Amino acid sequence: MMNDIKMLTQGLANLEVFAATLESLATVDRNITVVTSDSRGSGKLTPFGQQFPKQIIEVGIAEQNLVGVAAGLASAGKKVFAVSPACFLTARALEQIKNDVAYSDNAVVLVGISAGVSYGALGTTHHSLHDYAVLRAINNLIVVAPADNFETEQAIRQAAALNKPIYLRFGKKNMPLDIAKRYTDDTDIPPQVNTDLLNEIRENLCFADISGGRQVSSVSQNFQFGKGRIVREGSGITFIGTGETVLPAFEAAEKLATEHGIQAKVVSMHTIKPLDYELIKAIASEGKPIITIEEHMINGGLGEATASFLMQNGFRNSFKIMGIPDEYTVTGSQNEIFNHYGLSKEGISKVALNLLK
Amino acid sequence: MDLILKSREYRKKILKYIYKAKAGHTGGSLSCIDILNVLYNDTMNVNPENFKSPDRDRYIQSKGHCVEALFVVLADKGFFPETDLETLCQYQSHYIGHPTRKVNGVEQNTGALGHGLPISVGTALAAKMDEKSYRVFTLLGDGELPEGSNWEAFLSASHYKLDNLCAILDYNKLQITGKNADVLNTEPIADKLKSFGWAVREVDGNDTHKLKEIFDQLPFEAGKPSFVIAHTIKGKGVSYMENQIKWHHGVPTVEQYELAISELS
Repeated sequence: MMNDIKMLTQGLANLEVFAATLESLATVDRNITVVTSDSRGSGKLTPFGQQFPKQIIEVGIAEQNLVGVAAGLASAGKKVFAVSPACFLTARALEQIKNDVAYSDNAVVLVGISAGVSYGALGTTHHSLHDYAVLRAINNLIVVAPADNFETEQAIRQAAALNKPIYLRFGKKNMPLDIAKRYTDDTDIPPQVNTDLLNEIRENLCFADISGGRQVSSVSQNFQFGKGRIVREGSGITFIGTGETVLPAFEAAEKLATEHGIQAKVVSMHTIKPLDYELIKAIASEGKPIITIEEHMINGGLGEATASFLMQNGFRNSFKIMGIPDEYTVTGSQNEIFNHYGLSKEGISKVALNLLK
Repeated sequence: MDLILKSREYRKKILKYIYKAKAGHTGGSLSCIDILNVLYNDTMNVNPENFKSPDRDRYIQSKGHCVEALFVVLADKGFFPETDLETLCQYQSHYIGHPTRKVNGVEQNTGALGHGLPISVGTALAAKMDEKSYRVFTLLGDGELPEGSNWEAFLSASHYKLDNLCAILDYNKLQITGKNADVLNTEPIADKLKSFGWAVREVDGNDTHKLKEIFDQLPFEAGKPSFVIAHTIKGKGVSYMENQIKWHHGVPTVEQYELAISELS
């Protein structure tokens, strides 16, 4: 079992997958346009800029203009990815997101990089723990946080084809290739994850084709905005994570299974808005406890959105929201911050055991 | 109909629909109407037939609150029946107090200040990238100049040599609190824009003939975005409204309305 976990974590940073996928898209579509605010390096987009110099627009460190210009480009038919650290993009340029993108219905893909507490000890100025909350309150905007490399690649490809305003956010830490895939046999293990894999993405091969692995029964290999993805089956309790908290939720589920014989279902709720009410309803109907886990302040994010649905539909499952509390965030790396607030294998399994008492 | 007569008709209609709606930005709509008149009736290649064409000229009104001027011109150009304006600001009407794409002919939803120019920069950039010849016009209010996003966009427009972009300042020198110079001094505007890499011209913004002459010279300099400082009078055309702050969004009484119409007739 521990081997499975080890393999699962040997993926790439979602950021790298994003950049490679964009390169793949730009090769065949000259309308793919990236707009950056001195952020091409931190967005892993330097190779993109070298390969497609006419498809990248630099606006300097000016996030309001970044989003306004992106809206103008989109209105003229460009498939625009506006790329900036999530903290600045969704706070400094919030009014441009609300009006120029969402309200005017300009199909910009807003890409919040180094999201959540990815910047770790750089502190609160660089953390985005508010973005789900503020963007959930804006009409005509899809909000997505992919968990693993597979979801990231799919999210980028589908966002480019969607022609609707959308916000994607992810971090820079290495994530699993595909959390839903399990490797029980050495021959299933995908080739060493390295730059070769990125090259394959650039050559337009989807993860579904290259990441190998054996599909565990009934977990979904499909990725669709607005549809949560069950990455681990279980009937004792459900963990609903999003973005980079799906991995610790999965690890907690493995720990509970090994140490306590409890099987937890794990959902990657990659789309925060529109939320997959159908799936939440199905899970709640099982009557078991539910824990939501997010790299976001506990106010206004995935947890409260889920709680609102449950309450208004008569569900009274045991329920707990896990995230970053409403306080000055502790100093540390992303890992240390996650551990400090219990967004970890240990922390989540502990909360689960309490709810199951 | 010549442009001068058109402006007179437009002013009467602006007042008519504001009077009817009991709401609107009267002074600013009257100050900028000559600019819209010349753009839509002489300068720009845009009409209801080519509005979906990627090659049309674009007009993005950054000072969205003066939407009555825009709606009156769009109706006259045939984008929608003028009778639609009877519903201005009424329950469930698409004709709200700011430009919205629900109204045919409107390019972008504006109203929050400092937004039109960045969007215009992006739209003009797309033309350059696609080697298209369309031009982008945006109307700025003098009160919105302090918005930082404008200055971010001024920088990017000259950096990308957007000589297909023309920003027009409706410079009536008044805003809701008082004179621009007292609220927040933005002068010297021409020097600032020149130093930001724009080609700048000044014109009487209520003189349709002079406006036409200026717009005929676009682009003012190859490789530079164009900036027109259009000196206007807030409330232009109605004696008791001219240069009066209270008419920023004042609605005339029946007597005031009739007096205004008689002055314009």
